[in-house]
Amino acid sequence: MQVSHSYWTLFCSVYKKDVALAFRQRAEIVNPLLFFLIVITLFPLAIGPEPGLLARMAPGIIWVAALLSTMLGLDKIFRDDYMDGSLEQLIASPYPLSLAVLAKVAAHWTTAGLPMVVMAPVFSMLMNLESQALGATMLTLLIGTPLLSFIGAIGAGLTVGLQKGGILMSLLVLPLYIPVLIFATSAIDTSIMSLAYSGQLAILGAMLAVALVTAPIAISSALRVSVS
Amino acid sequence: MWKWLHPYAKAERAYQLCNTLLPYFVVVSVLCIVVGWVWGLAYAPADYQQKDSYRIIFIHVPSAILSMGAYSSMAIAAIIALVWQLRNAELAVIAIAPVGAAMTAIALITGSAWGKPMWGAWWVWDARLTSELILLFLYLGVLSLFHAFEDKKAGGKAACILAIVGVVNLPIIHFSVEWWNTLHQGGAITKFDTSAIDPSMLWPLLINILGFAALVGTLTLIRLKNEIMQVEQHRPWVRQLVSRG
Repeated sequence: MQVSHSYWTLFCSVYKKDVALAFRQRAEIVNPLLFFLIVITLFPLAIGPEPGLLARMAPGIIWVAALLSTMLGLDKIFRDDYMDGSLEQLIASPYPLSLAVLAKVAAHWTTAGLPMVVMAPVFSMLMNLESQALGATMLTLLIGTPLLSFIGAIGAGLTVGLQKGGILMSLLVLPLYIPVLIFATSAIDTSIMSLAYSGQLAILGAMLAVALVTAPIAISSALRVSVS
Repeated sequence: MWKWLHPYAKAERAYQLCNTLLPYFVVVSVLCIVVGWVWGLAYAPADYQQKDSYRIIFIHVPSAILSMGAYSSMAIAAIIALVWQLRNAELAVIAIAPVGAAMTAIALITGSAWGKPMWGAWWVWDARLTSELILLFLYLGVLSLFHAFEDKKAGGKAACILAIVGVVNLPIIHFSVEWWNTLHQGGAITKFDTSAIDPSMLWPLLINILGFAALVGTLTLIRLKNEIMQVEQHRPWVRQLVSRG
Protein backbone atom coordinates (compact mmCIF):
# COMPACT_ATOMS: atom_id res chain seq x y z
CA MET A 1 0.00 0.00 0.00
CA GLN A 2 2.74 2.32 1.06
CA VAL A 3 4.71 1.43 -2.04
CA SER A 4 1.95 2.02 -4.57
CA HIS A 5 1.22 5.35 -2.91
CA SER A 6 4.82 6.47 -3.24
CA TYR A 7 5.03 5.39 -6.90
CA TRP A 8 2.11 7.68 -7.59
CA THR A 9 3.82 10.46 -5.64
CA LEU A 10 6.97 10.02 -7.70
CA PHE A 11 5.03 10.21 -10.94
CA CYS A 12 3.12 13.32 -9.84
CA SER A 13 6.13 15.15 -8.48
CA VAL A 14 8.24 14.60 -11.59
CA TYR A 15 5.32 15.55 -13.80
CA LYS A 16 4.47 18.67 -11.81
CA LYS A 17 8.10 19.79 -11.70
CA ASP A 18 8.52 19.51 -15.46
CA VAL A 19 5.24 21.23 -16.28
CA ALA A 20 5.94 24.00 -13.76
CA LEU A 21 9.40 24.53 -15.23
CA ALA A 22 7.93 24.76 -18.71
CA PHE A 23 5.39 27.31 -17.55
CA ARG A 24 8.10 29.40 -15.86
CA GLN A 25 9.84 29.70 -19.21
CA ARG A 26 6.89 30.49 -21.40
CA ALA A 27 9.06 30.52 -24.51
CA GLU A 28 9.39 26.78 -24.22
CA ILE A 29 5.69 26.37 -24.87
CA VAL A 30 5.12 29.32 -27.16
CA ASN A 31 8.11 28.86 -29.47
CA PRO A 32 7.19 25.42 -30.86
CA LEU A 33 3.66 26.66 -31.47
CA LEU A 34 4.96 29.75 -33.25
CA PHE A 35 7.27 27.53 -35.28
CA PHE A 36 4.30 25.34 -36.19
CA LEU A 37 2.37 28.43 -37.29
CA ILE A 38 5.27 29.82 -39.33
CA VAL A 39 5.90 26.51 -41.13
CA ILE A 40 2.22 26.37 -42.01
CA THR A 41 2.36 29.95 -43.26
CA LEU A 42 5.33 29.16 -45.47
CA PHE A 43 3.52 26.53 -47.51
CA PRO A 44 0.78 28.73 -49.03
CA LEU A 45 3.47 31.28 -49.85
CA ALA A 46 5.68 28.68 -51.47
CA ILE A 47 3.16 26.59 -53.41
CA GLY A 48 0.50 29.20 -54.09
CA PRO A 49 -2.67 30.06 -52.21
CA GLU A 50 -5.31 28.19 -54.26
CA PRO A 51 -7.84 26.84 -51.74
CA GLY A 52 -8.26 23.46 -53.45
CA LEU A 53 -4.52 22.80 -53.59
CA LEU A 54 -4.09 23.84 -49.96
CA ALA A 55 -6.91 21.61 -48.79
CA ARG A 56 -5.39 18.70 -50.68
CA MET A 57 -2.02 19.23 -49.02
CA ALA A 58 -3.28 20.26 -45.60
CA PRO A 59 -3.08 16.87 -43.80
CA GLY A 60 0.51 16.35 -44.81
CA ILE A 61 1.59 19.90 -44.08
CA ILE A 62 -0.05 19.96 -40.66
CA TRP A 63 1.53 16.67 -39.71
CA VAL A 64 5.01 17.46 -41.00
CA ALA A 65 4.86 20.75 -39.11
CA ALA A 66 3.75 18.84 -36.01
CA LEU A 67 6.70 16.46 -36.34
CA LEU A 68 9.18 19.29 -36.73
CA SER A 69 7.87 21.36 -33.87
CA THR A 70 7.83 18.33 -31.57
CA MET A 71 11.51 17.89 -32.38
CA LEU A 72 12.22 21.39 -31.10
CA GLY A 73 11.35 20.61 -27.50
CA LEU A 74 12.70 17.07 -27.44
CA ASP A 75 16.31 17.95 -26.87
CA LYS A 76 15.43 19.68 -23.60
CA ILE A 77 13.43 16.78 -22.22
CA PHE A 78 16.41 15.23 -20.43
CA ARG A 79 19.20 17.75 -21.14
CA ASP A 80 18.58 20.11 -18.19
CA ASP A 81 18.22 17.26 -15.73
CA TYR A 82 21.38 15.71 -17.13
CA MET A 83 23.28 18.99 -16.74
CA ASP A 84 22.31 19.66 -13.13
CA GLY A 85 22.71 16.04 -12.06
CA SER A 86 19.13 15.33 -11.08
CA LEU A 87 18.93 12.68 -13.78
CA GLU A 88 21.65 10.75 -12.00
CA GLN A 89 19.69 11.07 -8.77
CA LEU A 90 16.63 9.64 -10.50
CA ILE A 91 18.67 6.73 -11.82
CA ALA A 92 20.24 6.10 -8.42
CA SER A 93 16.92 6.32 -6.58
CA PRO A 94 15.16 3.10 -5.57
CA TYR A 95 12.13 3.94 -7.69
CA PRO A 96 11.77 2.49 -11.17
CA LEU A 97 13.35 4.81 -13.68
CA SER A 98 10.76 3.95 -16.32
CA LEU A 99 8.06 5.50 -14.11
CA ALA A 100 9.95 8.79 -13.81
CA VAL A 101 10.58 8.68 -17.55
CA LEU A 102 6.88 8.14 -18.18
CA ALA A 103 6.14 11.23 -16.10
CA LYS A 104 8.68 13.28 -18.03
CA VAL A 105 7.26 12.16 -21.37
CA ALA A 106 3.76 12.97 -20.15
CA ALA A 107 4.94 16.44 -19.12
CA HIS A 108 6.57 16.93 -22.52
CA TRP A 109 3.34 15.98 -24.23
CA THR A 110 1.31 18.34 -22.04
CA THR A 111 3.51 21.26 -22.95
CA ALA A 112 4.28 20.40 -26.59
CA GLY A 113 1.61 18.08 -27.98
CA LEU A 114 -1.54 19.22 -26.23
CA PRO A 115 -1.29 22.87 -27.36
CA MET A 116 -1.08 21.64 -30.95
CA VAL A 117 -4.26 19.59 -30.49
CA VAL A 118 -6.03 22.60 -29.02
CA MET A 119 -4.84 24.88 -31.81
CA ALA A 120 -5.76 22.41 -34.57
CA PRO A 121 -9.01 24.19 -35.54
CA VAL A 122 -7.07 27.39 -36.23
CA PHE A 123 -4.50 25.59 -38.37
CA SER A 124 -7.03 23.61 -40.33
CA MET A 125 -8.92 26.86 -41.02
CA LEU A 126 -5.72 28.47 -42.26
CA MET A 127 -5.14 25.51 -44.57
CA ASN A 128 -8.70 25.66 -45.84
CA LEU A 129 -9.41 22.16 -44.59
CA GLU A 130 -13.06 21.16 -44.86
CA SER A 131 -15.00 21.07 -41.64
CA GLN A 132 -15.67 17.33 -41.71
CA ALA A 133 -11.91 16.73 -41.60
CA LEU A 134 -11.44 18.81 -38.46
CA GLY A 135 -12.53 15.99 -36.16
CA ALA A 136 -10.11 13.60 -37.83
CA THR A 137 -7.27 16.12 -37.61
CA MET A 138 -7.82 16.67 -33.89
CA LEU A 139 -8.20 12.95 -33.18
CA THR A 140 -5.05 11.99 -35.07
CA LEU A 141 -3.13 14.75 -33.31
CA LEU A 142 -4.56 13.64 -29.96
CA ILE A 143 -3.44 10.04 -30.45
CA GLY A 144 -0.36 10.79 -32.54
CA THR A 145 1.43 13.51 -30.57
CA PRO A 146 1.94 11.39 -27.41
CA LEU A 147 3.38 8.76 -29.73
CA LEU A 148 5.77 11.39 -31.09
CA SER A 149 6.81 12.28 -27.54
CA PHE A 150 7.49 8.63 -26.68
CA ILE A 151 9.51 7.85 -29.81
CA GLY A 152 11.35 11.15 -29.57
CA ALA A 153 12.25 10.57 -25.95
CA ILE A 154 14.06 7.37 -26.96
CA GLY A 155 16.24 9.44 -29.29
CA ALA A 156 16.67 12.13 -26.66
CA GLY A 157 17.72 9.52 -24.11
CA LEU A 158 20.27 8.03 -26.47
CA THR A 159 21.87 11.35 -27.31
CA VAL A 160 21.64 13.21 -23.98
CA GLY A 161 25.26 12.51 -23.10
CA LEU A 162 26.60 13.83 -26.39
CA GLN A 163 27.89 17.33 -27.01
CA LYS A 164 26.00 17.93 -30.23
CA GLY A 165 23.16 15.53 -29.71
CA GLY A 166 20.43 17.66 -31.24
CA ILE A 167 21.04 17.08 -34.94
CA LEU A 168 21.91 13.44 -34.47
CA MET A 169 18.72 12.98 -32.50
CA SER A 170 16.59 14.27 -35.36
CA LEU A 171 18.37 11.86 -37.71
CA LEU A 172 17.58 8.97 -35.40
CA VAL A 173 14.02 9.93 -34.60
CA LEU A 174 12.54 11.15 -37.87
CA PRO A 175 12.71 7.75 -39.65
CA LEU A 176 10.86 6.22 -36.70
CA TYR A 177 8.19 8.90 -37.01
CA ILE A 178 7.28 7.90 -40.55
CA PRO A 179 4.70 5.19 -39.69
CA VAL A 180 2.83 7.67 -37.48
CA LEU A 181 2.90 10.21 -40.28
CA ILE A 182 1.57 7.70 -42.82
CA PHE A 183 -1.39 6.55 -40.79
CA ALA A 184 -2.31 9.97 -39.42
CA THR A 185 -2.36 11.66 -42.80
CA SER A 186 -4.17 8.71 -44.32
CA ALA A 187 -6.89 9.07 -41.65
CA ILE A 188 -7.34 12.77 -42.46
CA ASP A 189 -7.37 12.06 -46.20
CA THR A 190 -10.03 9.42 -45.73
CA SER A 191 -12.14 11.78 -43.65
CA ILE A 192 -11.94 14.43 -46.40
CA MET A 193 -13.53 11.87 -48.71
CA SER A 194 -16.27 11.37 -46.06
CA LEU A 195 -15.30 7.74 -45.48
CA ALA A 196 -14.82 5.92 -42.20
CA TYR A 197 -11.31 6.46 -40.83
CA SER A 198 -11.60 4.36 -37.69
CA GLY A 199 -9.17 1.78 -39.09
CA GLN A 200 -6.25 4.19 -39.25
CA LEU A 201 -7.15 5.56 -35.82
CA ALA A 202 -7.18 2.02 -34.45
CA ILE A 203 -3.68 1.39 -35.83
CA LEU A 204 -2.46 4.68 -34.31
CA GLY A 205 -4.05 3.67 -31.02
CA ALA A 206 -2.37 0.28 -31.15
CA MET A 207 0.99 1.93 -31.79
CA LEU A 208 0.37 4.23 -28.82
CA ALA A 209 -0.49 1.26 -26.60
CA VAL A 210 2.71 -0.55 -27.60
CA ALA A 211 4.76 2.62 -27.10
CA LEU A 212 3.17 3.23 -23.68
CA VAL A 213 4.35 -0.18 -22.48
CA THR A 214 7.71 -0.56 -24.22
CA ALA A 215 9.05 2.95 -24.79
CA PRO A 216 9.68 3.78 -21.08
CA ILE A 217 11.83 0.64 -20.82
CA ALA A 218 13.80 1.60 -23.92
CA ILE A 219 14.15 5.21 -22.74
CA SER A 220 15.37 4.25 -19.28
CA SER A 221 17.96 1.83 -20.63
CA ALA A 222 19.07 4.52 -23.09
CA LEU A 223 19.46 6.96 -20.19
CA ARG A 224 21.46 4.45 -18.17
CA VAL A 225 23.84 4.08 -21.14
CA SER A 226 24.15 7.83 -21.63
CA VAL A 227 24.69 8.74 -17.98
CA SER A 228 27.00 5.95 -16.85
CA MET B 1 24.41 -25.44 -24.61
CA TRP B 2 25.46 -22.49 -22.49
CA LYS B 3 28.63 -24.31 -21.51
CA TRP B 4 29.28 -25.02 -25.15
CA LEU B 5 28.68 -21.40 -26.23
CA HIS B 6 30.29 -19.61 -23.33
CA PRO B 7 33.93 -19.81 -24.48
CA TYR B 8 33.00 -17.67 -27.48
CA ALA B 9 32.34 -14.77 -25.16
CA LYS B 10 36.10 -14.53 -24.97
CA ALA B 11 37.45 -12.36 -27.75
CA GLU B 12 40.28 -14.69 -28.67
CA ARG B 13 37.99 -17.70 -29.15
CA ALA B 14 35.53 -15.60 -31.13
CA TYR B 15 38.38 -14.43 -33.36
CA GLN B 16 39.46 -18.01 -33.95
CA LEU B 17 35.88 -19.00 -34.70
CA CYS B 18 35.71 -16.22 -37.29
CA ASN B 19 38.87 -17.56 -38.86
CA THR B 20 37.56 -21.11 -39.06
CA LEU B 21 34.20 -20.05 -40.49
CA LEU B 22 35.51 -17.53 -42.98
CA PRO B 23 36.80 -19.94 -45.70
CA TYR B 24 33.45 -21.77 -45.87
CA PHE B 25 31.55 -18.53 -46.23
CA VAL B 26 33.94 -17.27 -48.92
CA VAL B 27 33.67 -20.49 -50.93
CA VAL B 28 29.88 -20.69 -50.67
CA SER B 29 29.37 -17.03 -51.56
CA VAL B 30 31.73 -17.03 -54.57
CA LEU B 31 30.42 -20.33 -55.87
CA CYS B 32 26.74 -19.50 -55.46
CA ILE B 33 26.97 -15.98 -56.82
CA VAL B 34 28.97 -17.06 -59.88
CA VAL B 35 26.67 -20.00 -60.62
CA GLY B 36 23.54 -17.99 -59.85
CA TRP B 37 24.54 -15.02 -61.98
CA VAL B 38 25.70 -17.02 -64.97
CA TRP B 39 22.60 -19.22 -64.85
CA GLY B 40 20.26 -16.33 -64.18
CA LEU B 41 21.75 -13.75 -66.52
CA ALA B 42 22.69 -16.00 -69.44
CA TYR B 43 20.68 -19.21 -69.40
CA ALA B 44 17.36 -18.54 -67.69
CA PRO B 45 14.54 -17.91 -70.19
CA ALA B 46 13.31 -14.36 -70.84
CA ASP B 47 10.10 -13.28 -69.16
CA TYR B 48 6.99 -13.27 -71.39
CA GLN B 49 6.06 -9.80 -70.23
CA GLN B 50 9.20 -8.05 -69.04
CA LYS B 51 11.55 -9.63 -71.61
CA ASP B 52 15.18 -9.51 -70.53
CA SER B 53 14.95 -6.62 -68.13
CA TYR B 54 13.50 -8.85 -65.44
CA ARG B 55 16.97 -10.34 -65.04
CA ILE B 56 17.91 -7.66 -62.54
CA ILE B 57 15.76 -9.71 -60.15
CA PHE B 58 18.82 -11.87 -59.58
CA ILE B 59 20.53 -8.96 -57.87
CA HIS B 60 17.58 -6.98 -56.61
CA VAL B 61 15.65 -9.64 -54.73
CA PRO B 62 18.62 -11.25 -52.93
CA SER B 63 19.93 -7.88 -51.78
CA ALA B 64 16.46 -6.77 -50.64
CA ILE B 65 15.92 -9.98 -48.68
CA LEU B 66 19.37 -9.76 -47.16
CA SER B 67 18.91 -6.10 -46.23
CA MET B 68 16.10 -7.21 -43.94
CA GLY B 69 17.84 -10.40 -42.90
CA ALA B 70 20.94 -8.47 -41.91
CA TYR B 71 18.82 -6.06 -39.87
CA SER B 72 17.10 -8.87 -38.00
CA SER B 73 20.39 -10.59 -37.24
CA MET B 74 21.78 -7.26 -36.10
CA ALA B 75 18.80 -6.80 -33.79
CA ILE B 76 19.19 -10.32 -32.40
CA ALA B 77 22.87 -9.61 -31.74
CA ALA B 78 21.82 -6.36 -30.05
CA ILE B 79 19.39 -8.18 -27.77
CA ILE B 80 22.09 -10.71 -26.86
CA ALA B 81 24.53 -7.86 -26.21
CA LEU B 82 22.13 -6.05 -23.87
CA VAL B 83 20.73 -9.07 -22.05
CA TRP B 84 23.90 -11.11 -21.49
CA GLN B 85 26.29 -8.16 -21.65
CA LEU B 86 28.49 -9.79 -24.24
CA ARG B 87 30.96 -7.38 -25.76
CA ASN B 88 31.40 -9.57 -28.84
CA ALA B 89 27.71 -9.36 -29.68
CA GLU B 90 27.99 -5.58 -29.49
CA LEU B 91 30.89 -5.70 -31.92
CA ALA B 92 28.81 -7.94 -34.17
CA VAL B 93 26.11 -5.24 -34.30
CA ILE B 94 28.68 -2.72 -35.45
CA ALA B 95 30.13 -5.25 -37.89
CA ILE B 96 26.77 -5.99 -39.53
CA ALA B 97 25.46 -2.41 -39.81
CA PRO B 98 27.51 -1.15 -42.81
CA VAL B 99 27.09 -4.46 -44.66
CA GLY B 100 23.33 -4.28 -44.21
CA ALA B 101 23.35 -0.64 -45.25
CA ALA B 102 25.22 -1.58 -48.43
CA MET B 103 22.68 -4.33 -49.17
CA THR B 104 19.85 -1.83 -48.68
CA ALA B 105 21.55 0.65 -50.99
CA ILE B 106 22.04 -2.05 -53.66
CA ALA B 107 18.39 -3.06 -53.36
CA LEU B 108 17.28 0.57 -53.72
CA ILE B 109 19.55 1.30 -56.69
CA THR B 110 18.73 -1.89 -58.61
CA GLY B 111 15.08 -1.40 -57.74
CA SER B 112 15.03 2.05 -59.29
CA ALA B 113 16.96 0.77 -62.32
CA TRP B 114 14.28 -1.88 -62.71
CA GLY B 115 11.51 0.59 -62.10
CA LYS B 116 12.61 2.91 -64.92
CA PRO B 117 11.73 0.55 -67.84
CA MET B 118 8.79 -1.09 -66.03
CA TRP B 119 7.03 1.81 -64.33
CA GLY B 120 8.51 4.63 -66.37
CA ALA B 121 10.00 6.37 -63.36
CA TRP B 122 13.22 6.10 -61.42
CA TRP B 123 11.58 6.65 -58.10
CA VAL B 124 8.00 6.22 -57.02
CA TRP B 125 6.81 6.91 -53.49
CA ASP B 126 5.61 3.39 -53.25
CA ALA B 127 5.14 1.85 -49.82
CA ARG B 128 7.84 -0.78 -50.17
CA LEU B 129 10.38 1.60 -51.63
CA THR B 130 9.72 4.13 -48.90
CA SER B 131 9.98 1.60 -46.10
CA GLU B 132 13.19 0.25 -47.60
CA LEU B 133 14.56 3.79 -47.64
CA ILE B 134 13.65 4.11 -43.96
CA LEU B 135 15.62 0.91 -43.36
CA LEU B 136 18.66 2.59 -44.91
CA PHE B 137 18.18 5.57 -42.59
CA LEU B 138 17.95 3.23 -39.61
CA TYR B 139 21.22 1.54 -40.52
CA LEU B 140 22.89 4.93 -40.95
CA GLY B 141 21.40 6.07 -37.64
CA VAL B 142 22.85 3.07 -35.81
CA LEU B 143 26.25 3.75 -37.36
CA SER B 144 26.29 7.47 -36.71
CA LEU B 145 25.08 6.99 -33.14
CA PHE B 146 27.91 4.53 -32.53
CA HIS B 147 30.48 6.92 -33.93
CA ALA B 148 29.09 9.93 -32.07
CA PHE B 149 30.15 8.55 -28.69
CA GLU B 150 33.70 9.09 -27.54
CA ASP B 151 33.38 6.10 -25.25
CA LYS B 152 33.03 3.14 -27.61
CA LYS B 153 31.42 0.98 -24.92
CA ALA B 154 28.58 3.44 -24.37
CA GLY B 155 28.33 3.94 -28.13
CA GLY B 156 27.93 0.22 -28.68
CA LYS B 157 25.18 -0.03 -26.06
CA ALA B 158 23.33 2.96 -27.49
CA ALA B 159 23.58 1.53 -31.01
CA CYS B 160 22.17 -1.76 -29.70
CA ILE B 161 19.13 -0.02 -28.19
CA LEU B 162 18.46 1.85 -31.42
CA ALA B 163 18.84 -1.35 -33.45
CA ILE B 164 16.21 -3.04 -31.31
CA VAL B 165 13.81 -0.10 -31.50
CA GLY B 166 14.15 -0.03 -35.30
CA VAL B 167 12.85 -3.59 -35.63
CA VAL B 168 9.32 -2.17 -35.86
CA ASN B 169 10.15 -1.22 -39.44
CA LEU B 170 10.71 -4.83 -40.57
CA PRO B 171 7.08 -6.01 -40.51
CA ILE B 172 6.14 -2.75 -42.22
CA ILE B 173 8.48 -3.53 -45.13
CA HIS B 174 7.38 -7.13 -45.29
CA PHE B 175 3.66 -6.46 -45.35
CA SER B 176 3.84 -3.19 -47.27
CA VAL B 177 2.89 -4.85 -50.57
CA GLU B 178 -0.17 -6.38 -48.95
CA TRP B 179 -1.31 -3.40 -46.88
CA TRP B 180 -0.99 -0.80 -49.60
CA ASN B 181 -1.97 -1.50 -53.17
CA THR B 182 0.83 0.40 -54.82
CA LEU B 183 3.05 -0.22 -57.81
CA HIS B 184 5.45 -2.71 -56.32
CA GLN B 185 4.47 -6.25 -57.16
CA GLY B 186 3.52 -8.67 -54.42
CA GLY B 187 5.76 -11.36 -53.02
CA ALA B 188 6.18 -14.27 -55.40
CA ILE B 189 8.66 -16.72 -53.89
CA THR B 190 7.41 -16.97 -50.36
CA LYS B 191 4.17 -18.74 -51.07
CA PHE B 192 4.06 -22.01 -49.23
CA ASP B 193 2.18 -24.22 -51.67
CA THR B 194 3.61 -23.46 -55.09
CA SER B 195 5.85 -20.61 -56.07
CA ALA B 196 4.53 -18.09 -58.58
CA ILE B 197 7.82 -18.19 -60.48
CA ASP B 198 8.74 -20.82 -63.02
CA PRO B 199 11.39 -23.27 -61.71
CA SER B 200 13.80 -22.27 -64.49
CA MET B 201 13.94 -18.78 -63.00
CA LEU B 202 13.33 -19.73 -59.37
CA TRP B 203 16.40 -21.94 -58.97
CA PRO B 204 19.02 -19.38 -60.02
CA LEU B 205 17.21 -16.88 -57.80
CA LEU B 206 17.37 -19.15 -54.77
CA ILE B 207 21.04 -19.90 -55.43
CA ASN B 208 21.69 -16.18 -55.62
CA ILE B 209 19.90 -15.59 -52.34
CA LEU B 210 22.08 -18.21 -50.68
CA GLY B 211 25.15 -16.64 -52.27
CA PHE B 212 24.24 -13.15 -51.05
CA ALA B 213 23.58 -14.51 -47.57
CA ALA B 214 27.02 -16.06 -47.55
CA LEU B 215 28.46 -12.79 -48.87
CA VAL B 216 26.89 -10.86 -45.99
CA GLY B 217 28.31 -13.49 -43.66
CA THR B 218 31.77 -13.16 -45.19
CA LEU B 219 31.88 -9.38 -44.99
CA THR B 220 30.51 -9.44 -41.44
CA LEU B 221 33.11 -11.95 -40.31
CA ILE B 222 35.93 -9.88 -41.80
CA ARG B 223 34.60 -6.74 -40.14
CA LEU B 224 34.04 -8.56 -36.86
CA LYS B 225 37.64 -9.76 -36.91
CA ASN B 226 38.80 -6.18 -37.37
CA GLU B 227 36.56 -4.88 -34.60
CA ILE B 228 37.79 -7.55 -32.19
CA MET B 229 41.40 -6.74 -33.09
CA GLN B 230 40.81 -3.04 -32.52
CA VAL B 231 39.16 -3.49 -29.14
CA GLU B 232 41.70 -6.04 -27.97
CA GLN B 233 44.77 -4.37 -29.44
CA HIS B 234 46.58 -4.20 -26.11
CA ARG B 235 46.12 -7.87 -25.31
CA PRO B 236 49.12 -10.17 -25.66
CA TRP B 237 47.40 -12.56 -28.09
CA VAL B 238 46.79 -9.77 -30.58
CA ARG B 239 50.41 -8.66 -30.34
CA GLN B 240 51.54 -12.21 -30.88
CA LEU B 241 49.26 -12.53 -33.89
CA VAL B 242 50.49 -9.29 -35.42
CA SER B 243 54.15 -9.98 -34.81
CA ARG B 244 53.76 -13.43 -36.33
CA GLY B 245 52.70 -11.57 -39.41
